[in-house]
Amino acid sequence: MLAMIRVKVNGKDYEADVDPGLPLLWLLREHLNLVGTKFGCGQGLCGVCTVHMDGEAVRSCQVAVGEVQDKAITTIEGIPDNHPLKIAWIEEQVPQCGYCQPGQIMQAAALVAKIPNPSEENIAEELDGILCRCGTYPRIKQAILRAARMGAKP
Amino acid sequence: MSASMDRREFLKLTLCGAGLTIAVGTDGILKIASAEAQQAATAANVFHPNAFLEITPDNVVRVLSPKSELGQGTYTALAMIVADELEADWKQIRVEAAPARDEYKDPEFGMQLTGGSRGVTNFYDSFRNAGAAAKQMLVEAAANDWKVPEGECVASVGTVKHTKSGRSLTYGQLCVEAAKLPLPQKVTLKKENEFRFIGTSVPRLDVPDKVKGAGMFGIDTFVPDMLYAVVARPPAVGAKTVSMNKEAAEKIPRVKNVVTISSGMAVCADDIGAAWKGRDALDIKWDKGTHPDLDTARLENLFLKQLENKGAIARNDGNVESALKKASTKISGEYALPFLAHVTMEPMNCTAHVQKDRCDVWVPTQFQTAALEVSMKETGLKMDQVHIHTTYLGGGFGRRAEVKVVEEAVHISKAVGRPVKLLGTREEDIATDFFRPGSCSRIEGGLDEQGRLIAWSHKIAVPSIVEQWFPSMIKNGIDFTAVESISDMEYVIPNLRVEQVLVSTPLRVGFWRSVGHSSNAFPVECFMDELAHAAGMDPLAFRLNLLKDKPRATRVLQTVAEASGWGKPLPQGHGHGIAMVPSYGSWVAHVAEVSVQDSGIIKVERMVSAVDCGPYVHPNNIVAQLEGGIIMGLSAALKEKVQFNDGSVKSSNFDDYELLTMSECPKIEVHIVKSSDKRGGIGEVGVPPTAPAVANAVFNATGTRLRRLPLPLAK
Repeated sequence: MLAMIRVKVNGKDYEADVDPGLPLLWLLREHLNLVGTKFGCGQGLCGVCTVHMDGEAVRSCQVAVGEVQDKAITTIEGIPDNHPLKIAWIEEQVPQCGYCQPGQIMQAAALVAKIPNPSEENIAEELDGILCRCGTYPRIKQAILRAARMGAKP
Repeated sequence: MSASMDRREFLKLTLCGAGLTIAVGTDGILKIASAEAQQAATAANVFHPNAFLEITPDNVVRVLSPKSELGQGTYTALAMIVADELEADWKQIRVEAAPARDEYKDPEFGMQLTGGSRGVTNFYDSFRNAGAAAKQMLVEAAANDWKVPEGECVASVGTVKHTKSGRSLTYGQLCVEAAKLPLPQKVTLKKENEFRFIGTSVPRLDVPDKVKGAGMFGIDTFVPDMLYAVVARPPAVGAKTVSMNKEAAEKIPRVKNVVTISSGMAVCADDIGAAWKGRDALDIKWDKGTHPDLDTARLENLFLKQLENKGAIARNDGNVESALKKASTKISGEYALPFLAHVTMEPMNCTAHVQKDRCDVWVPTQFQTAALEVSMKETGLKMDQVHIHTTYLGGGFGRRAEVKVVEEAVHISKAVGRPVKLLGTREEDIATDFFRPGSCSRIEGGLDEQGRLIAWSHKIAVPSIVEQWFPSMIKNGIDFTAVESISDMEYVIPNLRVEQVLVSTPLRVGFWRSVGHSSNAFPVECFMDELAHAAGMDPLAFRLNLLKDKPRATRVLQTVAEASGWGKPLPQGHGHGIAMVPSYGSWVAHVAEVSVQDSGIIKVERMVSAVDCGPYVHPNNIVAQLEGGIIMGLSAALKEKVQFNDGSVKSSNFDDYELLTMSECPKIEVHIVKSSDKRGGIGEVGVPPTAPAVANAVFNATGTRLRRLPLPLAK
């Protein structure tokens, strides 16, 4: 049941010989070595594996690689270091353990693409359920507001 | 200030060719050794090499952290302490996890273990001495090079300068010559008002990589030629296999090995997808296990029943029985807490590579000593052949003090003769967790005619953590973690009796951020509130009356009261609650403001906190740890409860073990009380006062006393 899968991730073309049913998360992490995208639950419940598929935030543990052949995937590695969100994340000193932060940033990037100046309510609604066990939620909010002030639209 | 070495510390220099290595040890003497002498000394076990800091010709200052970075900021804090005395340039500082070796053991624990909020407190002096000694040697090396008196040379921002001539050399340029010098017999430490880093909020060293997605956690380890290993585990406590189809698993393409291990069946494959397919193909049938009757309700009844048994006495001041008889007002309450899981966001994992004469382990661990020992046991190799590489930890909270995953990975790698990355799922994480023990407390309290608290009788039924982990630490039948925050409570009560019944269950229990404090603060601080109301007093004033000679407790209570506007009118349907808990050498008080809707559901609107942790290193990190502790405390107070059913852990993932989410997170304000008292910990201390502050606020809003966690929460 293995097949040669072609995917475009962060603007680069990749090929991998995998089961088309394999979740995208594992293709990214263990086959393409893009380990910034994290595994948290495998059930679409925690959001730490969030990536963009054609600009939409998706849980990569819930997308089979067979479904992404013609889609443009963006991961945390594809968000430039000078992106206002990444700058704001550092300025607000958001991460503690840091494990969930790629998922938080990817969901935040999807938010500011839709709503360049989100309210606190917009943020809480969009990022609700991207779990952080360390409790960085207040700083995530502040970082998104700061990025918006900088002009976060990618 | 000049520090003699009477703090049982010595500094040791090693010549490492590449540069300067400074080490601080614990045998009371300053020592120097050439590379050969060091090796000889190590071989003769005279002293252990103990390097905390290296400077190399590329002008990098490498700090080796004996504590794991699990989000609590220890890498940055320890580096700041060294960098300050060293007069380093912050840009040249790098931090790495120290290897698992004796010289990195915590001097208090005698183990290389990250826990008890002790990173900064237990290494503060050693790290200052290491930085100061290295700086002196760099200055001496420069003075020698320029043939000028040392007194004319100044170390500043990673450079030694000769003020008269304007010459300067970087630490990188000086390190090789400095390494040839004898170690100073005395180091001169800076005055506190000369600190450049300590006491400031320098940007955390781990943050940029973690924001880029480039922070390397255990799960991100890759080793050439490695296999993926996944384990089929018994679903019920003590369950054994009835049947399985090993051949079917072995037939799955890319599956390489199926290995029996102590905790189940491991399937190894070239890729992770194949490993899981192989595990499914095993199609294991399990029996019902050793405790098929175990479920949540039975456990809760067991605690209640055990409260009727006689327990061990942890504290007995005055005469509680006669004081309760004499009391003009007597109240009682029964408090219950559930079992809790850690659910670190990074599931359990470990990568191991066992070779004939060497074993490498990459693991996000809090307990290097145990990881080392279990690897030596599994492989039969000697300590110097086993290399524990500590990665970033995707959360710890006590969960990663266990090294079963190391044992499994090493065992499998040895069995298959290849490196393996053992990857656990969330479901396995919860099912195999050792939990914060559930408990039940029965408290009686007595007030005299003036409403003064004269008697407190507290009986707790709880499974013992220490019995399972460090049985020799049970003293007179008492597990100190089972009664912490009760028998050591700060309040002065003339008649205080604490009785502990250790409950035996088939479940594993263990350390969960702030351990006994995290659970026992709930009955203690809520019952204190009950007594205040019984006395007709304001809960803050009632507490302050019992803390007459306790300045640090008093200060945090007064600070939080003022900052939160304690006593000012609140909107309709809102209430506020206060709680104060000292733990790990720091004092913390919270005020919670909640709103309760007509349906009785609770929303936490705001948390205000005051903390006194003594002289601090990194204030912004203190705020971060308090925010995180409060959020974890709220999650536990409002949502978390492990469910059991049919002899097994029924909770399995974030749909049936829910955590607090962003929309449920209130505004949080943290106030640091400036203090020159003894330094305390910070990683755990925010959790304990959270649940009682919220429950007390609910009472204030509604008049309903909630004595059971989790509390109902607004959706």
